[in-house]
Amino acid sequence: MRSLFISLQSEFYKSRKTLAFWAAIVLPVLICGLVAFGFFSGSEKILKMNYPGLALWGQFSGATLGIMGMLILPFYVMFMAFSVNNIEHKNDTWKTLFAQPLNKFAIYSAKYVYAVLLLLICLVLFALLTLGSGYLLQVLVPKYTFNDYNPAVLLFKFYSKLFLASLGILSVQFVLSVIWGDFLKPMGVGFVGIIAGIITANVGWEYAYLIPYSDPTLALKVTRVKGAKLEEFPIFAQEIWVSLAFAAVLFIAGYFILSRKNIK
Amino acid sequence: MRNFAIETVGLTYKFGNQTVVKDLSLQIPKGSIYGFLGPNGAGKTTTIKILLNLLKSPNDQVFIFGQEINANRIASLKRMGALVEQPAIYAHLTGNENLINRCMLLGINKSKAAEMLSLVGLTEAANKKAGNYSLGMKQRLGIALALIADPELLLLDEPTNGLDPNGIIEIRNLMIELTAKHGKTILVSSHLLAEIERTATHVGIINHGQLLFQGTINELHNLSKPSVKIETDNSAVASNILATAGAEIVQQDENAVAITFKGKEDMGNLNTLLVQNGITVYSISKERKDLENLFLDITSKN
Repeated sequence: MRSLFISLQSEFYKSRKTLAFWAAIVLPVLICGLVAFGFFSGSEKILKMNYPGLALWGQFSGATLGIMGMLILPFYVMFMAFSVNNIEHKNDTWKTLFAQPLNKFAIYSAKYVYAVLLLLICLVLFALLTLGSGYLLQVLVPKYTFNDYNPAVLLFKFYSKLFLASLGILSVQFVLSVIWGDFLKPMGVGFVGIIAGIITANVGWEYAYLIPYSDPTLALKVTRVKGAKLEEFPIFAQEIWVSLAFAAVLFIAGYFILSRKNIK
Repeated sequence: MRNFAIETVGLTYKFGNQTVVKDLSLQIPKGSIYGFLGPNGAGKTTTIKILLNLLKSPNDQVFIFGQEINANRIASLKRMGALVEQPAIYAHLTGNENLINRCMLLGINKSKAAEMLSLVGLTEAANKKAGNYSLGMKQRLGIALALIADPELLLLDEPTNGLDPNGIIEIRNLMIELTAKHGKTILVSSHLLAEIERTATHVGIINHGQLLFQGTINELHNLSKPSVKIETDNSAVASNILATAGAEIVQQDENAVAITFKGKEDMGNLNTLLVQNGITVYSISKERKDLENLFLDITSKN
């Protein structure tokens, strides 16, 4: 455990100047900021629609979740998984890392946990900023109905699903980035995967949930059970289990790939 | 037997079908500077990687301070510092940050970073990105990283690579100081015999993964008899005179004759002999054999 903690601390220290780290913070700020600005400057048009509280929150958070879940998040995950590993490939530091008096599995796990933490930070910020900017809009444009509904549970559940559904992609990309030091290969595979994921998820192919790249898109498609409240959808749907299964298997596989890879 | 900092017993290592290290039995005494000598591709780096457990050795073949490495990986690594191939440095971090990161990993006080920077003369460049360092500066930073935990045993893979003459001398003095004053043991690899001769107390020579020679520096000197190059106005005649006087001619061309050095007195006599026979002697210089010739010597003797 000490090895893991130390390595994790070092991961933060090493990458605090990299784009992957800052993107986890800049992306939510930028996207939530843009959406909020749109709702502020276009308030007259939106007010004409007379949305009730829930629908207004739906429109507002959906604008972020939609583009995020489908496109930006998978691409960020891809880039981040690459960056966390590339820091060692680029500087040829894998060997130094493994020559430290620390448990090898802990060193590897710290990298993986770090990538998961970045994703978590990114999504928590998204949820908090959506919530915060909604209430800020209410103050700026008093006619808005944001105060009529409390979306905290709904947002929490959506972002939790999105987080869990992204772990599959993260793990696939993580392992690809462990194997390949260059940018193009993991990016190429990831790009094809994401496009295929979006297509299969949207045409409603019945086995789409088995492709980790479809899972974030699927996770956001929530069918409302008749008579139930909107926030009563389950978090652990089948696509989430698939994503978690991919994550678990690839996390272990990644370690064996990495420990063999260093042999040269 | 357990007075060795590093001991390998019949170490054999293969990459697939290719045997990279073959029946290698290194014995590196505590407190020595062990020059690990061999041409490129001889298996030096592979051996160092095995000693760091980056490559897994068969059990019971590698011992660090008497402890089997596979069973005691972390304990062994705690006592070692290493510089393998090019120094592994995070280019986007400054020199100081690279050292602080290492302090974190090793759980040592961060004030060590500044101390190390001054030791390797990088204090002024401490806050410059390591990616912008010159090769020599990177090498120094690499050495600082290896030394930061104050390890008892240092593995330095070609540490003077890319350093200017001043830097080379500094590293040499640092190695001598570390062993003499602080009782460290250093394994230093190189493909240059001259480089090793200046510092090493012990030498191991490796080629094609096999140890050809292992012993003290004096034992090595006894093996490699130096030759003397004599430049004269008439090399053909000079060569005849020397041969008649019983000198062993190693090499002869238009300008110079090279003979085996047998002793100072003998050399003085030969010089007198040449002058008495009307030969003008331009220069007499003692030359050590280079590594290639030494290899030939050693292999032919085995």
